[in-house]
Amino acid sequence: MSELTLTVMRLGFLAVLWLFVIVAVQVIRSDLFGTRVTARGSRRGGDGRPAQRADRQATPPPQRRQEGGRRAGGRDAGRGRRGAPTKLVISEGSLTGTTVALQGQTITLGRAHDSTIVLDDDYASSRHARIYPDRDGRWIVEDLSSTNGTYLDRTRLTTPTPIPLGAPIRIGKTVIELRK
Amino acid sequence: MSAISPMPNTTATTTVSTAGQPSRRNTELLLLAFAVILPCFAYANVGLALDGEMPSGMLGYGMGLGLLAGVGHLVMRKFAKYADPLLLPLATVLNGLGLVIIWRLDQSKRLQASKAFAPAATNQLLFSALGIALFVAVLIFLKDHRILQRYTYISMAVALVLLISPMFFPSVYGARIWIKIPGLGTIQPGEFAKIVLAVFFAGYLMVKRDALALASRRFMGMYLPRGRDLGPILAVWAFSILILVFETDLGTSLLFFGMFVVMLYVATERTSWIVFGLLMSAAGAVGVASFEHHVQARVDAWLDPFAGWGKSQASEQIAKALMTFGSGGVAGTGWGQGNSDLIGFAANSDFILATVGEELGLAGVMAILLIYGLIVERGVRTALAARDPFGKLLAIGLSGAFAIQVFVVAGGVMGLIPLTGMTMPFIAQGGSSVIANWALVAILLKISDAARRPAPAPVTNPDAEMTQVVRP
Repeated sequence: MSELTLTVMRLGFLAVLWLFVIVAVQVIRSDLFGTRVTARGSRRGGDGRPAQRADRQATPPPQRRQEGGRRAGGRDAGRGRRGAPTKLVISEGSLTGTTVALQGQTITLGRAHDSTIVLDDDYASSRHARIYPDRDGRWIVEDLSSTNGTYLDRTRLTTPTPIPLGAPIRIGKTVIELRK
Repeated sequence: MSAISPMPNTTATTTVSTAGQPSRRNTELLLLAFAVILPCFAYANVGLALDGEMPSGMLGYGMGLGLLAGVGHLVMRKFAKYADPLLLPLATVLNGLGLVIIWRLDQSKRLQASKAFAPAATNQLLFSALGIALFVAVLIFLKDHRILQRYTYISMAVALVLLISPMFFPSVYGARIWIKIPGLGTIQPGEFAKIVLAVFFAGYLMVKRDALALASRRFMGMYLPRGRDLGPILAVWAFSILILVFETDLGTSLLFFGMFVVMLYVATERTSWIVFGLLMSAAGAVGVASFEHHVQARVDAWLDPFAGWGKSQASEQIAKALMTFGSGGVAGTGWGQGNSDLIGFAANSDFILATVGEELGLAGVMAILLIYGLIVERGVRTALAARDPFGKLLAIGLSGAFAIQVFVVAGGVMGLIPLTGMTMPFIAQGGSSVIANWALVAILLKISDAARRPAPAPVTNPDAEMTQVVRP
C-alpha cells in the first residue's frame, strides 16, 4: 500500500465517522425544532404561548377518522363538532403541564399504574375517575366511587356528568381541564 | 404554596414531545445501513494497512453485522414501532467498531507472541449475537416497562445476589468481579446488576421521593434532609464501600453509588443529595485506599504513572496508554498502523480506547465519545418524554449508569481518575458487557416506544352501549 492511499483512507475514515455523527445529530434536530413544549405551571405562564400552540392543532389525529366510520349509526362523534375539546390538560398538581389528546378513547385517572394518567396524589384512589365520550361525542366524567370524591367546579360528582369546556375537574390536588 | 413548590422533578414535569410523532423507522433503517457500512470500511482499512489486501473475513463480518442489525430493526418494526430511531444505529456502530478494533489487535504480532493470547474477535461476534438475541427477547417479551415496577423488591434481592456472588470466587487480576462457571467461562454479574438495580431504585424512589424531597431544613441555600431520611443513601453507600473492600473494584462501586445519587437527585430535585453523594464517595474512596493495597496501587499509578515504570504493571500500562494517545495526535496514525498493542495485557478490553486514540487520533476519540453522548442524550430524552414517573426514573437511571460507566472507563484510561476495571460499553472485549448493554438499550427503546406512541386507539366503551338515550 502506498503512503498516499493510506493517508487518504485514514482521513477518509475520519470524515465518514464524523459524517455519521452529524447525520445522527440531524435526525434529532426535530427535538429542538418542531416540538411542543408544555410548560409546567400553566396557570400563569403556560397560556400565553400561542406560537407553540399553533402547530398543535394543525393536523387532526388520524384515529378520529376511523372512529367516525365505526360509529356509523350516531352522529360523527367528536369530529367537526364546533367547540368540541381536543385535549385534556392538567393545570394544577404534581403532573401540571401534562396533556393528553382526546381521540375518543376512555381516559382513566387514578393511582393504579395502568391508568392513562397516573395520579401521584395521596388524595386520589387507585381507580379514581374516568373520562369518556358518549354517543354524541360529549365528554363525560364519572367518579368511580373514589374515597375523596371528584369535583366538577365546586360540586362533588354523584353521576356521570358532561364536562363543559374549561371547567376544572378536581381530584385531590390535581386539577384537570378540557380545552380546545 | 412555598411549602409544596419544590415538587419532585419527575412528576412536576414539563413534558416535551415531538410534534408529528411519525414512527421514523425508515430513518432508522437508513442510519442502520450507514452504521453497518462504517465498520466494514474500517475493517477493509485495517486489512489494507496491515497486509495490503482486503481481509478475507470481510464478507462474513459485514454480513454478520448486517444480519444482526437487520434482525434488531425488523423486530423493532413489529414490537417497538414508535421507539427512538437513533439508539439502535448508535449501538450498532459502536459494537461494529469494537469488533474491528478487537480483530485488529488479534492481528498484532506482539500480542500473538505473548502466552496469554487468544483471538477474541470471533467470540466477541458471538457475544454480540447473544446480545442482539437478548435485545430481541426484551423487545418481544417486555410488553410494558411498567410491569417491571411490580418486581421492585425482587430486583433488589437479585441485584444483591449478583453483586455479592463474585466475592466467593477467586480474584482475577486483583479484583473479584467475575463468577466462573466451569465449562462455560466467566460472567461479570456487575454488568447485569446495573440494569436490575436501576429497576429497584426507580421503583423505590418513586414511592419514597416525597419524604426525601419535602421533609428538610434549609441551610446555607441547600435543603438538608432529615437524619432518618439519610438512611437509604447511607445504606447504598455502605454497600458500595463493601464492594470496594471485598471485591476491590472501584468501578463497580462508583457506578452503583453514582447511579443512586443521580436517580435520587432526579427524583427529589435536591442539589444537596449530589453534594452529599460527592462528599461520601470521596470520603469512601480515600478511606478505603488508605488500607486496601489493590486500590492504593491504582491511585498511585494515577498520581504518577511514569514513576512505576518497570516496577508495577498497573502504572506502566497507564503510562503506555498515555503515550498511545500522544502518539495518535489529532488525526491518528490510521487503522492498523499504531503501536497500541505494546500495552499488552487488556489492550482489547480495559484499554481499548487507547487504540482508538492512537489510530483515529483526537478526532476519532471525540467522535466515539460523541456517539456515547448521543446514546445518553437519547436516554435522557426518553425520560423527558415518558409519561409515568417510574419510566422516567428508570430511563434516567439506565442512561445515567451508561454515562457513568463511559466516564469511569474513559477517565481511567486517559488518566483523569484512577483506573478501574470496567469495560467500555459495546466496544471493549467482554461478553457480559456487550450482552447487558444490548439489554439496557432494549429497555430504553421500550420506554421510548411507550412514550412516543400516539394515544391508544379508541375502545368502544361497554357502559356507553348499555344505556341508550332515545332522542327525538
